[in-house]
Amino acid sequence: MSGVRPTRAARAGRAVVVAVALLWSLGPVAYGVVLAVRPFGEVTRDPLGLPSTLDLSAFATAMRDEADGGFGLGRFVLNSLGVALGTVVLSVAVCVLGAYAAARLRYRGRALTNGIILAVYLFPGIVLAVPKFVILSRLGLTGSLAGLLVVYVAATVPVALYMMRNFFLALPASVEEAALMDGCTLGQLLVRVVLPIAVPGVVATAIYVFMIAWNEYFYALLFLVQHRDLWTAPLGIAQLGDFQVPVTVLLAGSIAVTVPVVIIFFLAQRYIVSGLVQGAER
Amino acid sequence: MTSARTRENRSGWLLVSPSLTVVALVVLLPFALVVVFGFSEVRLVDIPFLGTEPIEWSLDNFRRAAASRAFWGALWTTVLYAGLTSAGSLAVGLVLALALRRPFRGRGLVRALLLVPYVLPVVAAATIWKTLLNPQYGLVNAFGRAYLGWDTPVGFLSTTSADVWGVPVPVALLVVVLFDVWKSAPLAFLFLTARLQSVPGEIEEAAALDGANRRQILRFVLLPQLRAVALLLLLLRFIWSFQTFDDVYLLTEGAGSTQVMAIQVYTELVTKADIGSAAAFGLLMSLILGVLLVGYVLLSRRAGES
Repeated sequence: MSGVRPTRAARAGRAVVVAVALLWSLGPVAYGVVLAVRPFGEVTRDPLGLPSTLDLSAFATAMRDEADGGFGLGRFVLNSLGVALGTVVLSVAVCVLGAYAAARLRYRGRALTNGIILAVYLFPGIVLAVPKFVILSRLGLTGSLAGLLVVYVAATVPVALYMMRNFFLALPASVEEAALMDGCTLGQLLVRVVLPIAVPGVVATAIYVFMIAWNEYFYALLFLVQHRDLWTAPLGIAQLGDFQVPVTVLLAGSIAVTVPVVIIFFLAQRYIVSGLVQGAER
Repeated sequence: MTSARTRENRSGWLLVSPSLTVVALVVLLPFALVVVFGFSEVRLVDIPFLGTEPIEWSLDNFRRAAASRAFWGALWTTVLYAGLTSAGSLAVGLVLALALRRPFRGRGLVRALLLVPYVLPVVAAATIWKTLLNPQYGLVNAFGRAYLGWDTPVGFLSTTSADVWGVPVPVALLVVVLFDVWKSAPLAFLFLTARLQSVPGEIEEAAALDGANRRQILRFVLLPQLRAVALLLLLLRFIWSFQTFDDVYLLTEGAGSTQVMAIQVYTELVTKADIGSAAAFGLLMSLILGVLLVGYVLLSRRAGES
């Protein structure tokens, strides 16, 4: 790497910064985990204590159905999962074609569509919340998971287009040119040549889209707050916070919905990061 | 030759048309409607009759917004919130990126762990922070009372202002800013790291050979290289924070003077059931954001050229 060797003081300074940074980033998360495995009574009696026993009952209480004395998080998770997977399928299917065309094909109006992609990616979403709410309630779709699905596809298409276009731009065009020379049609080219090499990009985009839909809170609140059986996991946790639910149960629920996203993010981290920071590397 | 041209033209449009259709339906159409709503008197109860009655155009929504303390208060809160958040997350990201610039054992793992707050679902993060700051059993208050001699617990998420050594401090707003810095600094760290990695090592070596010390290398070699991407990050974070709803609403629901613009839009729509007014607030927000976006595009052009 670089020839400027760090001095001993610089190394010590770095160690301190790294330790503080890790504490700052992970401390709150660790605190949440510790509290989730302590009985609620113990937490209120001794807020600074460490868990004396490993009590996992909060997780079960959070997940179980209301009928079984739980808080129904299991059902909220299923709702979230359905909407998030639907969003991924629709959003990626639409965007993979558009992103490829925007990155590779020289059609008339290409500059315009590329401009639209960037503009839409940066467009303030909150401004559109009001008309989207009105349109969907006019169609009778607020108060249904289908309405939420429409909104999530709408919210993720710009990001997905932007990310996948970056991935396609980073792939070498020579293979496709060779395939075209050999008389490949566009359909064959897409299925046999482009998709196989684009798989990492498509997967990374799909995961990112999944995370957005899985974590989304605002529209779920706007659409579904009065339909308890349709709550998504984030909405459920936020709403239960307003009831008299023991905080240990809330934290157990929070951790339960966090673990899957953290794991899949780290599996695809390299690709997602490169898709997001493209353009900053120049 | 022309036929190949035409074919490529046709396939291009064929492939982008689904994307463009979705964009038209979910971005352009709603945007047209928000303009209509902003300039007319529509309330939630009118939704079933929309499209069946002629629109009555008026400027009342904007007039009322301009005359209301809620609007100007929310605007000021939002600017403060977005400004502090973007500065804070850039500063934290910069420190992290510089500290992790050189390889050391376990760097990959440290980098990955630093991303956790960014990946965490906002609801989970807010639940943890609310517990952390809870006046009864939260860690911060328990620690403060046990070791720092606090007489009464501090309501971090509901206190508008508290005197610290005679200086009024907007407690709840600062907590929300801190939360957002915590969540968003990792992204700044990623962008800055990507940029730092593309700085050729030779520049630094040359500077060191010329007798530059570490501080001078940082000041005159590294920071100038980061300026463009830092400006972009600052602007992007400001644009994103300017429209934040989730983080603030989940932590405070707008208590303790943290009513940002997005919460104001939500209140106008849901609590006051006034679509026109909510739309007008949203339009005024997007006017400000539009100016910032133009700035962003100009900046990224310049960054692209240099």
